[in-house]
Amino acid sequence: MLDHWLYIGLFFVVAMLLPGAAIFIASILAPKKPTPLKNSTYECGIETVGESRIQFRAQYYIFALVFLVFDVEAVFLFPWAAAYNQLTLFMVVEGLIFALILIGGLVYAWKKGALEWK
Amino acid sequence: MPNFWTDPIGFLTQWLTALLIGWGVAPEVVNFSLSLLGAIVLPLMAMLFVIFLIWYERKLYGRMQDRLGPNRVGPWGIFQTFADMGKIFTKEVITPTGVDLVPYNLAPILAVGSVLMAWSVMPLSVNIVGVNLSVGLLLVIAAGGFGELGIMMAGWGSNNKYALLGGFRAVALLISYEIPMVIAMLIPAMLAGSLNLTEIVANQDVPFILMAPVAALIFFITQVAETARAPFDLTEAESEIVAGVNIEYSGLKFGMFYVGEFLHAFTASMLFATLFLGGYRGPFVEQFPLIGIVYLLIKTFFVYFFSILFRGGLPRFRIDQMLNLNWKILAPLSLAMVFITALVDKTAVQLIGGQLDSTMLLVVRTVLLLAVNGVVFWVVTRLMEINIKPARRVVSGARPVATPGVSQQSPEDPQVPQEPQVPGEVSA
Repeated sequence: MLDHWLYIGLFFVVAMLLPGAAIFIASILAPKKPTPLKNSTYECGIETVGESRIQFRAQYYIFALVFLVFDVEAVFLFPWAAAYNQLTLFMVVEGLIFALILIGGLVYAWKKGALEWK
Repeated sequence: MPNFWTDPIGFLTQWLTALLIGWGVAPEVVNFSLSLLGAIVLPLMAMLFVIFLIWYERKLYGRMQDRLGPNRVGPWGIFQTFADMGKIFTKEVITPTGVDLVPYNLAPILAVGSVLMAWSVMPLSVNIVGVNLSVGLLLVIAAGGFGELGIMMAGWGSNNKYALLGGFRAVALLISYEIPMVIAMLIPAMLAGSLNLTEIVANQDVPFILMAPVAALIFFITQVAETARAPFDLTEAESEIVAGVNIEYSGLKFGMFYVGEFLHAFTASMLFATLFLGGYRGPFVEQFPLIGIVYLLIKTFFVYFFSILFRGGLPRFRIDQMLNLNWKILAPLSLAMVFITALVDKTAVQLIGGQLDSTMLLVVRTVLLLAVNGVVFWVVTRLMEINIKPARRVVSGARPVATPGVSQQSPEDPQVPQEPQVPGEVSA
């Protein structure tokens, strides 16, 4: 078991190092002739006005919130799915009731109009 | 000593262990270095495989658009990607002023690294798998989430309004599509009773696409959305936000996003083949595990071909259409499928499980689930037809219609020719 996670850890390091090494090699091979104009922010030829990190619509935030609810739900449903073959019908229904509560949340968000893109 | 033909990885491991211990290396060091070797070989092969993938996709894409695709460098243009690689490695890497250096430089690495992570648990054949992890499916999902983090970091770090808009869209879209994807993945996990990808494959005496076709369809749509490719490529819509998140990247940093995208699409197809098409399973796999890799690749390329058809054949969705598709159709449908599959399957097993032998029970379950899926699919398509909205969203009202014979020009400049006005024209 520990071997498994050792392998995953090594794999993670290698997976991050491979593209990193490629970019490092490219940065050695590639020419470097920066000019102020070349390094300026691209905006279809005109100069950037004001701050680049602009305010965003609250809608994105709402979708991220709804996502969070469902993602947590999915994480709780995975053990239930893994144990599915040993469960009786009653336990399956119990798991579904848990999901139903969260579906109530989706219905609420839908009725509130949180899922409309205006 | 395991036989090379029935257990190639076990054979190589034992051989290398014996060799290294014979040289006087400590057993812990041997264990570590063999893990490291495996962890280097697998992602390296995946990275090199992309060279072929890019050629394959460009060739197919060209054919779909009535072009030849790359055909100059080597036979059928097969060395085109090597030429492109040579070019992109020597291109200047521009770092614009004002970027947030840490997320800006980390984003291309994450875009590739996250996809490579999924290969660590992907069962390539009976005994050929990076690591036989008990929670492999969760690791794949987590790795996918990492990739989205990379896109968001690129959007935030680039100090560019277009990139930031792309990052916003990534938050709303890529993240939303993860919900039906994860829930659709629940169904194969449930039918196999395990999160271990090897066990999911081993339990597919009947490919799960027959037991859960609707879940397979949902997974297919969402995996295309997850890779942010057409028709779901809103995060890098060239015509709207000028390539979005990769706008400020050049040279190999951009190339890494490109590699990540292709590899992600292929890995997602492989996951589809593993979860729904029976993975490496086929005749003679138990005797010769190496054949399993061929079966898996055939199935994966079959799925990949369809995702390229998808990409080439459909126009880009609008953001409200995409969100509606996700939250009002795919998410409720995937949850409903979990409910229906669990209830029907469990009830069938409890009612008639005792009377039939295992083969007959499997056949009955498959037929039952297939029928239920068909009914659900029919109902959903009927509901979508009933609730269909007008395809064109009217933003402004109709312009005043020109009355024939009455000039709308002001009397001061009668030389200006009168433009014919189309009645009822609206701008969408």
